[in-house]
Amino acid sequence: MKELICITCPRGCHLQVDDNLNVTGNMCPRGAMYAKAELTHPVRMVTSSVNVISEIESRLPVKTKEPIPKELIFKVMEEIKKVSVKAPIEIGDIVIKDVLGTGVDIVATKNISR
Amino acid sequence: MIKRKLVIIGGGSAGMAAAIKAYELGEKDILIIEKNAYLGGILNQCIHNGFGLHEFKEELTGPEFMSRFSDKVKELGIDYRLESNVLSISGNKVVTYTNKEEGLVEVQAEAVILTAGCYERNAGAIQIPGDRPSGVYTAGQAQLYVNCYGYLVGKRVFILGSGDIGLIMARRMTLEGAKVLGVAELMPYSAGLNRNIVQCLKDYDIPLYLSHTVKQVIGDSHLEKVVIAKVDEKMQFIPGTEMEFDCDCLLLSVGLLPNVDLFNKLPLHFSKTRGAKVTQAMESEIPGIFSAGNVLHVHDLVDYVVEEAREAAEGAVAYLRGELKREGHVYDVNPGVGINYVVPQKLYIDDVKESCSFKFRVTKPMKDINIVISEGENVIKKIFKPAIVPSEMEIVRLKKELFKKEGSEIKVFVEERK
Repeated sequence: MKELICITCPRGCHLQVDDNLNVTGNMCPRGAMYAKAELTHPVRMVTSSVNVISEIESRLPVKTKEPIPKELIFKVMEEIKKVSVKAPIEIGDIVIKDVLGTGVDIVATKNISR
Repeated sequence: MIKRKLVIIGGGSAGMAAAIKAYELGEKDILIIEKNAYLGGILNQCIHNGFGLHEFKEELTGPEFMSRFSDKVKELGIDYRLESNVLSISGNKVVTYTNKEEGLVEVQAEAVILTAGCYERNAGAIQIPGDRPSGVYTAGQAQLYVNCYGYLVGKRVFILGSGDIGLIMARRMTLEGAKVLGVAELMPYSAGLNRNIVQCLKDYDIPLYLSHTVKQVIGDSHLEKVVIAKVDEKMQFIPGTEMEFDCDCLLLSVGLLPNVDLFNKLPLHFSKTRGAKVTQAMESEIPGIFSAGNVLHVHDLVDYVVEEAREAAEGAVAYLRGELKREGHVYDVNPGVGINYVVPQKLYIDDVKESCSFKFRVTKPMKDINIVISEGENVIKKIFKPAIVPSEMEIVRLKKELFKKEGSEIKVFVEERK
């Protein structure tokens, strides 16, 4: 039996997972999905900001479009730190395509018009 | 003097949500006044994800969440002023503001909603002992520097206070290459959300020292060392428990306070939250002046800020239409045993359309209890809680029919389960 705290939403359910990956203590189905992933291949969203050439902003906030394997967090950060982009930019614009071959794009999370 | 039906002070999530709601209810003569050069307020620097699960049923970052509201404000053509500083609100609802283009402007509003957010307690506010070197920042200030300007304020970091911003910054600074040595929390429990303890501290093996606080800040011109020590139940340092950390940066995440400065000159009373006392319509003691969001009480989720701002907008629209009468049966709403505060503080039940909400926090973490909302002897609602913590605000919505209009007081309290 393992105990976990769900990080899917701010509620933070206390989850219990048995050896057959049966989950209890979750208030919603996302909790069960989180617990199973956490005990087999944990993943996390990564958010950061990158340099932007713009008249109004100096940084563009970005995120991994989907969660990435937890062990790749710092390697993905290294890739993010190399990037510089130019305005105009819209939310969802791809900043890095398929980062480190994960199949996940790094995308912009803010509109910067100029 | 310029005339406006509704003036909203603060163009963050609360202000924008209130404006959109009022517009949708048919009151279109609105002016939002924002001090920054952009709408969206603090969410601009909250680039982490976790926003919007209630509001949009998806997980967004702060700027994404905020953009959905600012896009809507612009699409509806709601009028707003940026880089405009409000100097005063008078009792008869004259709002005075300044900006570079217009100079000094007086607006006669029919209704005002204050959505000015909150500010961080700083080193002075908690009388932190020791030297006064550079390198000590509030967590939100460090967040602005790193996320919006790309400037990392330290390489070896200690964090005082386990509020959510502190936890988020522990992760953020680690990702940017800093070494976060630990987080000290004065209370025996964390002030932040559980999920943030997991995904911001445990994921990066950052220790959390509960019942610990800073005993001394050491540094000649720049911060060199922080000494922390354990405290007993009376918050006194326990000798021999000191720990030293060599660090160049101390971040403070020691609480947020409603930014009610503009209300200070008005004849208003304030609640334990430090926000103005309000009715169920988020209306202050002065009819037609409302407040909502973190300026009223500090929320843990922006989703709830937005919800409250809409309630204030509904209230303001009802006021403009003469539907907020403040007549008939009225209750004082008070926190009882185990409850720290309740919003609202007054309930004019005849002004309620269908239901009204009570928001509150407990005084300490508890397990296996009932939350009771009562009107004299009459129990209106009893809710079982397997676990409840002060860091999570509770919201209970009650139908109008449940109130019997007998007592003069509504009490929210914690009851042990037999």
